[in-house]
Amino acid sequence: MTTVVPRDGFRARYGEGPLHLLAVIAMLAVAGYALLEVADRPAPLSFALWFAGAIVAHDLIAFPFYSLLAKIAGGASAAAGDRGRRALNFIRVPAILSGLALIVWFPFILGLSSETYENASGRSTDPFLGRWLALTAALFAISALLYALCLRTDPDR
Amino acid sequence: MSLLPSKPPPGPFRREFWRSPLRGPWLSSVLGTALLPLILICALTGFASHAAYFTELGGNSVTGPGSLGFDLYFFDWPTRPSWIYAFTQSLHVISGLAAIPILLAKLWSAMPKLFEWPPVRSPAHTLDRLSLALLVGGSIFVFFTGVFNIQNWYPWGFSFVSAHYYGAFVFLAALGLHLVTKVPVALRAFRERGVIAPLRADARHTVAEPGREGTTAPVAPGPVSISRRGLLATIGGGSLGLALLGLGQSVGGPLRELAFLAPRGGSSGEGPNGFPVNKTAAAAGIRPELTGPQWRLRLSGARRLELSRERLLALPLATESLPIACVEGWSTTQEWTGVPLAELARLAGIETETIATVSSIQRGGSFSQATLSSGQVADRRSLLALRVNGADLSPDHGFPARVIVPGAPGVHCTKWVESISFEEEA
Repeated sequence: MTTVVPRDGFRARYGEGPLHLLAVIAMLAVAGYALLEVADRPAPLSFALWFAGAIVAHDLIAFPFYSLLAKIAGGASAAAGDRGRRALNFIRVPAILSGLALIVWFPFILGLSSETYENASGRSTDPFLGRWLALTAALFAISALLYALCLRTDPDR
Repeated sequence: MSLLPSKPPPGPFRREFWRSPLRGPWLSSVLGTALLPLILICALTGFASHAAYFTELGGNSVTGPGSLGFDLYFFDWPTRPSWIYAFTQSLHVISGLAAIPILLAKLWSAMPKLFEWPPVRSPAHTLDRLSLALLVGGSIFVFFTGVFNIQNWYPWGFSFVSAHYYGAFVFLAALGLHLVTKVPVALRAFRERGVIAPLRADARHTVAEPGREGTTAPVAPGPVSISRRGLLATIGGGSLGLALLGLGQSVGGPLRELAFLAPRGGSSGEGPNGFPVNKTAAAAGIRPELTGPQWRLRLSGARRLELSRERLLALPLATESLPIACVEGWSTTQEWTGVPLAELARLAGIETETIATVSSIQRGGSFSQATLSSGQVADRRSLLALRVNGADLSPDHGFPARVIVPGAPGVHCTKWVESISFEEEA
């Protein structure tokens, strides 16, 4: 004899198994606790704005922006024919590395924290821009050298 | 749900919009697998740092007491080895820096998911997307508040420590759920395609992952312009580069020159006091008349007494080689000479276990006062230092006297000490 059980009734309505819902509840409990702690401290609104702003800054500003740059670089290299296609990664890779250094150290590079940094360390933020530019120049110089070597060893690939 | 057209609107909501031939479950899984250990190291060392601050003592808690009424720590932060905080906190900052390129690549690989169509399919799917908002927002928020803090940039209204600490709870909770839902997906991708097999293909032999329903793999892949190993080598190179640039300011020596974008890379001048400073005397409002011959160290315990710098120098002095380790991830080891704190406790008439609240001449500021644990006071290497590397402390390093405690965060090594009050632990 078989009893008729609605097949996966929970799954049909919820979209996943019960374990998923338990994991979600556990996650919301921890996150909720932390947000209550934040709400208890100064400037919770600023926290919320910066948290939401982090999503906007990445998903709707940084991502479209670097995608656009990548598209321009890709288009330009394709338009420059075979050599251009081969040069693409020799431009993209140092650009990505230099960009990573910038995204991490831009408060120093742009001198945004010059006063607080000087109070903390007795040093100036002035040299950082030059150092980042030197790093960028070195990365592109190495890349250009590798590109030249590549053309020389395998001219008509 | 039924109000929305079943066909996605033009643009990123259509899968043909996403053309990179490299995106797909395998790539996301590899990036996630590389990211996870870095995040775990960063999280564990972050919570370790919280423990190192002895937040339950005196006014040590920067975040203020939590509403749970207790902190989740079951051990006393040790004083041995003396470089323990230098080690854990460098690891915190370096693993965090190294994670950023991989995190950004991971977000790039998952981007089509933001534009899924239909936007909500079921209650479970809605909750998943909500948790992804917490995961993406939390990761960027936690990593970049950290990165801004090490550069002393505070463009927000909240307290950095609370926001970074509680933001990490939100991020890690969302990450936990993400692991529950995605580990099976990653295992399946590795089963189907191998863990490293796709790395064998150069650009010419690189093919897109199958553009199956519900994945980020492209349905209409564009031409291949870089291999998967080329992309991963670039991201890995960025990650390694940021780690190396950070490492120099912890290891010191000739490597310090390598940390040319980090807050305490390069040289800090010549002489016995030529090592990195955290907070200058000028910034702390330490005027020379406050530290001149009329300066007295005020001790209190079972009795009160005041000691001049000459009296302190006449006491039995100890010399210890100990690091100062900053929460910002840099450290520097120097030879300190001074009076053991345990000796000062004895002078104040305390012979039993005691905690010590050290106050600075500096007024205001989060760390013008710190309470040291009984274990820290009892360690004979914990000093009220008067000299460093054989010379008097410079004003920036805390003249006339500063605390140095093995294994403690730098800001608990109070500079320009005005008074020390010993009391039995509550």
